[in-house]
Amino acid sequence: MESRSMDAEIALKTEAIVGRLKPLEGPLLPILHDVQKEFGYVPKAALPVIANGLNLSRAEVHGVVSFYHDYREEPAGRHVIKMCRAEACQSMGGDELGERLLDLLGLDWHGTSDDGAVTIEPVYCLGLCACAPAAMVDGQVIGRLDDRMVTELARAVKA
Amino acid sequence: MALIQEIDHGTPASTAEKTVRLVIDGNTVEVPEGTSVMRASMEAGIKVPKLCATDMVDAFGSCRLCLVEIEGRNGTPASCTTPVSEGMVVHTQTGRLKDIRRGVMELYISDHPLDCLTCAANGDCELQDMAGAVGLRDVRYGYDGENHVKARQNGEANPRYMPKDESNPYFTYDPSKCIVCSRCVRACEEVQGTFALTIEGRGFESRVSPGMHESFMNSECVSCGACVQACPTATLQEKSVIEIGQPEHSVVTTCAYCGVGCSFKAEMRGEEVVRMVPWKDGKANRGHSCVKGRFAWGYATHQDRILNPMVREKITDPWREVTWDEAFAHVAKEMRRIQFQYGKGAIGGITSSRCTNEETFLVQKLVRAGFGNNNVDTCARVCHSPTGYGLGKAFGTSAGTQDFDSVEHTDVVILIGANPTDGHPVFASRLKKRLRAGAKLIVIDPRRIDLVRSPHVEASHHLPLKPGTNVAVLTALAHVIVTEGLCDEAFVRERCDWSEFEDWAAFVADPVHSPEATQAFTGVPADELRGAARLYARGGNGAIYYGLGVTEHSQGSTTVMAIANLAMATGNIGRPGVGVNPLRGQNNVQGACDMGSFPHELPGYRHISGAEVRDVFEKLWGVELNHEPGLRIPNMLDAAVDGTFRGIYIQGEDILQSDPDTKHVKAGLEAMECVVVHDLFLNETANYAHVFLPGSTFLEKDGTFTNAERRINRVRKVMSPKNGLADWEVTLKLAQAMGLDWNYSHPSEIMDEIAATTPSFAKVSYQLLEEKGSVQWPCNEAKPDGTPVMHLDGFVRGKGKFIRTEYVATDERSGPRFPLLLTTGRILSQYNVGAQTRRTDNVAWHAEDRLEIHPHDAEQRGIREGDLVKLASRSGETTLRSTITERVAPGVVYTTFHHPGTQANVITTDYSDWATNCPEYKVTAVQVSPSNGPTVWQEEYDAQATQARRILPLDALEPAE
Repeated sequence: MESRSMDAEIALKTEAIVGRLKPLEGPLLPILHDVQKEFGYVPKAALPVIANGLNLSRAEVHGVVSFYHDYREEPAGRHVIKMCRAEACQSMGGDELGERLLDLLGLDWHGTSDDGAVTIEPVYCLGLCACAPAAMVDGQVIGRLDDRMVTELARAVKA
Repeated sequence: MALIQEIDHGTPASTAEKTVRLVIDGNTVEVPEGTSVMRASMEAGIKVPKLCATDMVDAFGSCRLCLVEIEGRNGTPASCTTPVSEGMVVHTQTGRLKDIRRGVMELYISDHPLDCLTCAANGDCELQDMAGAVGLRDVRYGYDGENHVKARQNGEANPRYMPKDESNPYFTYDPSKCIVCSRCVRACEEVQGTFALTIEGRGFESRVSPGMHESFMNSECVSCGACVQACPTATLQEKSVIEIGQPEHSVVTTCAYCGVGCSFKAEMRGEEVVRMVPWKDGKANRGHSCVKGRFAWGYATHQDRILNPMVREKITDPWREVTWDEAFAHVAKEMRRIQFQYGKGAIGGITSSRCTNEETFLVQKLVRAGFGNNNVDTCARVCHSPTGYGLGKAFGTSAGTQDFDSVEHTDVVILIGANPTDGHPVFASRLKKRLRAGAKLIVIDPRRIDLVRSPHVEASHHLPLKPGTNVAVLTALAHVIVTEGLCDEAFVRERCDWSEFEDWAAFVADPVHSPEATQAFTGVPADELRGAARLYARGGNGAIYYGLGVTEHSQGSTTVMAIANLAMATGNIGRPGVGVNPLRGQNNVQGACDMGSFPHELPGYRHISGAEVRDVFEKLWGVELNHEPGLRIPNMLDAAVDGTFRGIYIQGEDILQSDPDTKHVKAGLEAMECVVVHDLFLNETANYAHVFLPGSTFLEKDGTFTNAERRINRVRKVMSPKNGLADWEVTLKLAQAMGLDWNYSHPSEIMDEIAATTPSFAKVSYQLLEEKGSVQWPCNEAKPDGTPVMHLDGFVRGKGKFIRTEYVATDERSGPRFPLLLTTGRILSQYNVGAQTRRTDNVAWHAEDRLEIHPHDAEQRGIREGDLVKLASRSGETTLRSTITERVAPGVVYTTFHHPGTQANVITTDYSDWATNCPEYKVTAVQVSPSNGPTVWQEEYDAQATQARRILPLDALEPAE
């Protein structure tokens, strides 16, 4: 019963977002962004509402949402760390730093800590190759990561 | 016989008229501008390797196998996405290309199971073919890396593996075999227009997903089969192929479901159907299909089929199996006895819209020449008889004016009282394709049908009229067109009778016909109606498509005339893209009408009173024909109740379930002494029959069907009749038993007789149909190749006739006792009375008839979703389950008539069209109330049906072979 009333609330809020952004040219991505902003993720219950609003099929909306890694299926932690795992960062020891950070947080890639403090995700190039290895924490990029910074980062996000 | 191999050109044909010349592998090729290099190569017989391209969908360019080299250009462009240009020099096989292709194939195969020998697609797999074509010998990447193939990898569950989805009753989805070419996704979008599939994820995670990662059954999928047809591997595979194996030969034939008349290849193994695959050269369907034609043919071998003739004295007796000869002798003796006792006119026959032209022709011939009266009618009486009457009066021919290809040139479509996505799905897909390309749609229907709004399709105007007010709405449209000066005066002056037009224009211009005046009782907002009228009159090529929501009313014929008036007044007739198009219900309802199934008309719509016409038949048949029109179905039943009509031969129609006012039909049948039912199954009518003659399916006989576009398509026998005789042979032998000197050894001889007697069929022969594939009548000296679009240079009757269309409200009105209006229709997965589709896995989609009711009306009555409700009219009552939906307006309820348990026609009344007696199925005043079980009628009916279907054990007879 609870999940049904939650779905109803999601549908209502999503409908409002769709109504507001529908006039845009190519409204689907802006709508999904606002839905994610509203709920912290893109709930499955929102997709049929978006599909109906834009006169698309459920499948089409699902295809778009699942294509972009940044649209979440579940809420993320309060902090989000994205470690770059692309070639330049790998060559500068990014893989080892990534493993170390996972150890410190006790998480695997895409994991969220039980207390909801932090989510860690891999990312493939932040465009910061000159400052590799790089990461992004809550939307801010950090370059030239090293052991010390990683340890500090782990401590900071857990606090 | 061999398997028909259709050439896949890789990309769709270009319609450009200008051609360009290019050289491919040293061959000079000339093709229309806009053709892809891949298609141009195929035209020259050069196969470029490909996986993601197929000519049913647009080029996509993802598989990277069809790369070519073009002199003077860098790189290796994909031949599917590269259009030809003048003087281009293309090489499809070079060392560089071979290396690239082999590398690409290695990547594909590194993530594909190597179980070819036990795979269902073995022998019909494009991946396998391509591996051969590129000379794949080794896969450098091995098979041990990440993959989608193995359920367990290195002792652990493989998270990328997805099990088979077997939810659809007809096909399976095996993600482990998928190469993500997206042909299925594009077929669902471009061909079917449902958009039920997508590619989810990206990169190595990409997969085909029905809906939002749902099972096929739970997704928006309508099971049309386009994806299965498009799949190059065994990822999407018919379950019948998995069970049986690959077919070894195929025969082109015509689907026996709706009036679209799709051409199919029946792919066979011996006499067993392996699958039905839509034929790309079929001009009605252009390679597309729906769930019924593609998959729902299992009824042909269903255990319920009756294979031996049966006889009984009284309808309360059990059936007794007899030999064919006994059955024929019995019927002949009974019919002659009844005629002797009660008069020549005491017997009659009903032809079937399910049977072939040839079979229908024979039944009406049996009645006219053998019974010596004109008591022959057909189920078109209850569907499109007003079309025949109305269009005959206005234009001079009783048929649609266009072919289905015409829709590709249409700019504005008016859809009235038709629900093509359910009733005529393949036409609906073609219509949707045109709408996605920019054509506009106006829907006139009490229900919010799917086409009003569904993914990528939205009607510009929906006029949700009150059931029964069609004429008022159409006359109001005419009012707007006339008073706002939107008529095509030049067209009317040239093609139509001007003084009749003036009379009509003055009539519709009367302010009482204005949308503002009529909205009070039609329920259609005046501004919406005005917008619709302007759009139709001024939006370019305007075409009207309509269905039984037009004809099955007390003013059905008037509505058809009103439609004809609109088309003529706006000049929308006589060229591609326009016209008046009835969507005929059954596979051969057009043909049954053409073949003289009506009591007043000989084949070719010629009145029986005409001495010249009768003379043609009298000379050939050696009998004198009665010049008085015979009885229509309702008249036969009335006469039966009165005691003057005693015997009937019913071929392939279930009048008890499909005709209105079931109780009256029952009373009529009960009063008769010899009811002969000729059908596949013990249908509802057979419960009141004295003789049952087993019928044959469309797979078991030769013949022709004529579809809604007047197209005569061949039906070809692919298996021996399980009952021993094709339906035409049954009628033939019955006629012989009655002493008629008939001799036909093949249906082609019957067609020759039709051609010899019927001017619009004069040039039709089986030989012509072999040559052309199909032909649209009129097909005669003037039009030896047939007639795709009619009335090109003038109307068949001379001048187009405008007829006043005065709206007269039906006597069937809602009132205090019956405050709601019931309208009826059908659903995609079921067909008509359901005798066929209920005996297939299509019941997975629609296991029972449901009553659609608006939430407001439901709440007032305390009805919740899925509740059993009692539906009552002044004729009778029944119970069924409710579906609460806003598709119907408040005050209107809706149901289907596919299931005999519901018997929706117990509710419908005896009101009918003033001109043709077509019953008013679409308007019945009803009341709905909660219920806790079947009505007394349903219980009695079930008991009678069970009793009537008893068959005596065979011990008295010799064992069957």
